Amino acid sequence: MRLDAKIPDGPLPDKWSLHKSRIRLVNPANKRHLKIIVVGSGLAGASAAASFGEAGYRVDCFCFQDSPRRAHSIAAQGGINAAKNYQNDGDNVHRLFQDTIKGGDYRSREANVYRLAELSTSIIDQAVAQGVPFAREYGGLLANRSFGGVQVQRTFYARGQTGQQLLLGSYGALSRQIRSGTVTMHPRSEMLDLVVVDGQARGIVVRNLETGEIERYAAHAVVLATGGYGKIYYLSTLAMGCNATAIWRAHKRGALFANPSFNQIHPTCIPVLGDSQSKLTLMSESLRNDGRIWVPKAQGDGRKPNDIPEEERDYYLERKYPAFGNLTPRDIASRAAKEVCDEGRGAGPTGRATYLDFRDAVARVGRQVISERYGNLFDMYRTITGIDPYVDPMLIYPASHFSMGGLWVDYNLMTTIPGLFALGECNFSDHGANRLGANSLLQACVDGYFVIPYTMTDYLAGERGKKPLPTDHPAFDEAAKGVDEQVRHFTTNAGKRSVDSFHRELGEVLWDSCSISRTAAGLESAISRVRDLRAEFHRDVKVPGGADRLNPEIEKAGRVADYLDLGELMCHDALQREESCGAHFREEYQRDGEAVRNDEEFMYVSAWEYQGPGGAPKLHKETLEFEYSTPAVRSYK
Amino acid sequence: MRFHLKIWRQERRDTPGKMVGYDVDGITADMSFLDMLDRLNERLVDKGERVVAFDNDCREGICGQCSLYIDGRAHGPGHATTTCQVHMRQFEDGDTIHVEPWRARAFPIISDLVVDRSAFDRVIQSGGYVSVHAGTAPEANSIPIPKDRADRSFDAATCIGCGACVAACKNGSAMLFTAAKVSHLSLLPQGRIEAQERALKMVAQMDREGFGNCSNTGACEAVCPKEISIEHIGRLNWEFLKAALSRGK
Repeated sequence: MRLDAKIPDGPLPDKWSLHKSRIRLVNPANKRHLKIIVVGSGLAGASAAASFGEAGYRVDCFCFQDSPRRAHSIAAQGGINAAKNYQNDGDNVHRLFQDTIKGGDYRSREANVYRLAELSTSIIDQAVAQGVPFAREYGGLLANRSFGGVQVQRTFYARGQTGQQLLLGSYGALSRQIRSGTVTMHPRSEMLDLVVVDGQARGIVVRNLETGEIERYAAHAVVLATGGYGKIYYLSTLAMGCNATAIWRAHKRGALFANPSFNQIHPTCIPVLGDSQSKLTLMSESLRNDGRIWVPKAQGDGRKPNDIPEEERDYYLERKYPAFGNLTPRDIASRAAKEVCDEGRGAGPTGRATYLDFRDAVARVGRQVISERYGNLFDMYRTITGIDPYVDPMLIYPASHFSMGGLWVDYNLMTTIPGLFALGECNFSDHGANRLGANSLLQACVDGYFVIPYTMTDYLAGERGKKPLPTDHPAFDEAAKGVDEQVRHFTTNAGKRSVDSFHRELGEVLWDSCSISRTAAGLESAISRVRDLRAEFHRDVKVPGGADRLNPEIEKAGRVADYLDLGELMCHDALQREESCGAHFREEYQRDGEAVRNDEEFMYVSAWEYQGPGGAPKLHKETLEFEYSTPAVRSYK
Repeated sequence: MRFHLKIWRQERRDTPGKMVGYDVDGITADMSFLDMLDRLNERLVDKGERVVAFDNDCREGICGQCSLYIDGRAHGPGHATTTCQVHMRQFEDGDTIHVEPWRARAFPIISDLVVDRSAFDRVIQSGGYVSVHAGTAPEANSIPIPKDRADRSFDAATCIGCGACVAACKNGSAMLFTAAKVSHLSLLPQGRIEAQERALKMVAQMDREGFGNCSNTGACEAVCPKEISIEHIGRLNWEFLKAALSRGK
C-alpha cells in the first residue's frame, strides 16, 4: 500500500483555495439522493452533519449519549485559537501555522496545518453569527488571552466553558437540520462495525443502547467524528464514555492507524486522590496565564505551601524556560512536573503533585479580576478537593488528555478506505507529536464546517447515480453477526472479573510504560503484559444483566476489548520510534534532559495496518516534507 | 464510611419499578457520589446481578448527562452543583440515602435511574438557534456587543440541559430551560431578529411535549447547577406576549 496524502500543488498559502476551485460539485437535485452517515455529534460531527444537511444531503447522525449536546467537546474549557490579530500583537496566519508546526515538534503535515491556520479566522465569524457569547472588551469587541507555546494573544474564550458554547452553537445548527428533516438523529446508539464492500465504506452496524437491538445503516459515505482515546489509561480528563471503538473497528476493516502512541498528557489536572477515583479533572491551561507553578527546593519539605518562603520555592518552568515560563507547551510542562516529583520534591499527600499558585496574581490584579477570569474553575477545584485556591495554591499533576494519533487521513480527510472519512480528534492530521492549547476546538470546527463539506462533495460526485447498499447484503449480515457474537460472548461468559477491573489494570500498565516517558525495556514488557491481560479479559470477563436492554456493562466491555488491542499497538508504535519528539519522550534519546529528535530517520508519520488477531501490525510510512518551516530543535528557553 | 442506599430499580420503560435497598462500605470522603455508585455496581457484578443504570459522562459538571434525585433533591445536597460533583464528605457515615430518577411526565423512565430527555432536544429543534448558514458569516467584530450584555447572555447560555429544573418543579415545567435559550439568544443582536418567532415556537413545543405550566415557585432556580435565574422566565414571557399580541394570537 502506498500512502498518498493527495496534497494539492501550488504554493502553501494557495493550496486550499486552488483545491477548492478544482474539486467537483454535486447539483442540488442529486444531493437529495445521496446519503451520509456521521458517527459522533461533537463539534466536528455536529458541524459536519449540519453542513451536509444544509447542503441538501440525507444524513444519519449517531451518538452514544442521550443527546447530541452531551458530546465531550462540551468539556473543553480554555478556548479556541484564531489568527485574527485583534490584539495587534504581530499575529497572522503564518505565525499560527509556524507555532502549530513547532508545537507539534515537526511531525505534522505542513499543508494540513496551514489550512487549519488559514481557516481559523472564519470559525470565529461563524460562531459569533450563531450567538456564541465569547468574552468581550468594554468597547464591545472580542477579547483574547494567551495559551501555552505561543507569544501572542489569539485565544478566544467564553469564561472557562468555551467548548460548551461552541458545541451548543453547532448543536443549534444540527437541531435546525433535524427539524427541517435533512438529518435524522440516533442518540443512544453505538457504532460497532463498518461495512466495507469492494474496498469501499458502504455502511455501519450499530447497537441500540436502550433496546440492545443490532441495527444496520447504509450510505454513500461514512464520516467518523468520534473523538479521542485518552481514556485508555482509565484515569484521564476525558468523559467516561470516550472510546476508540468506532475508529478501532474501522482500523480492523482496513483503515490505517497513524501515530497511536502520540498521546497528550496535560500538565494541569487535579491529582489522583485515592484508589477508587473514576476520573481526573482538568484545570484549564488558561490558568497558567496567571498561576505560577512551583515545588519546594528541598526534598521532602513537609511544610504547608504558604509557610514556604519565596527563596525556598523552585518555580521550575520559569527557571528552565525563561522565554515562555509557565506557558511552555504541554508536553514539556508535564515532563518537568514528573521530573521534580521523581526527585522527591513533589507536593501534596502523595508527593505526586506540584503547586499552581495564584498568590502573586491576586496581589497584582485583585481577587475580583481573578474571579472573573477563572471563577468557575476555582469553584470546581474547591468542590472536588475541598481546598480554596484563592487562599492555598492548587495541587496539580499531569493526566491523559488528548490523542494526537488517530486514523490516517489524506488532505481530504479520507482514510485509507475510500468513502470513510475521519474528522477532529479521531484523525491524526494536524497536531503532530504534541497539540498546542486551544487548537483542538479549532481543528474540530475547521474539519466539520469548512473542510469536509468541500472534500465530501468531491467524493460524492463520483457516487452519483449509485444506490446505497441494501441492508440485507451479505456484508451487512457478516458484520451484524460479528457484533451479535461479541455481545453474546460478553453476556454469557462464565467469568469472574468486572470490566472496570481490567480497564484499571490496562491503564496502570500503559501509564507506567507508555505515557510521559517511555523506554524500550518498559514498552517490551508492557506489550507482553497487555497481551496476557487481553487473553484473561476474553476468558474471565463478567457481564451480568442480559443483552436485550440498557446495560452499561456491555457498552464498557466492548470499549475495553478495543482498548486492549489499541494499547498494544500504542506500545509497538512507541517502541518502533527510536527518537524523542513532542509527547513521545524516549528516555534513551535525550540530551541535558531535553528531547532529541531524529529527523534523519524518523521524519515520517507511522501508519499501521491491522494484520488480524495476534498478527504483528504492519508499518507504512508517510514521509514528511518541510518546505515553509525549518525543523529545528524546539527551544522554549 | 458505609451507607445504606435505597435505589429505584426498573428494568425497562414498560415494567414496574420499586425502591430496593443496598449496603455499601469501604467508601471514603474524597469519593464522588458516582464513584460510590461505581463501587456498588462493581459489587453487583461480583454477585452476578444487573448493575444500576445511571446516566453520566463528563463527571465534571458540564455535559448535563447525570441526573439523580438524591434524598428528595435534584442533584443532591449542596448548591449549584451536578450529581457528579457531589462528594461523600457531604454525607454522614451510616446515612440512608434515597436515590431516584427525575420524575416528570415529559421525561419517561428508560431503566432504573435513566430517563428520556429527548423532549428537551425537540424544544431546541423547534427554534432554539440562530438561523444562519453553516460555513458563511460576516466578520466577527463587525457586530460589537456591550460587555455586560454578552455576559448576561452567557449567564443564560450556560444551561447544561440536565433537566433538574423540570424534576424539581411540582408542575414538571420546562420554563427555566426554555427561557434560558430564549434569553441567551434574544440578548444578542444576532438572535434578536428571530426572538419573537422563537419564543412562540419553543413554548408551543414545550406544551406539546407535556411539560407543565409555570407557577413561579422558584424551585427550578434553587436546584439549577448553573444558577440560572428565573428572571429569564420574565424575558421569555415578555417575548412571548409581544409576539402573541403582535400576531393577534
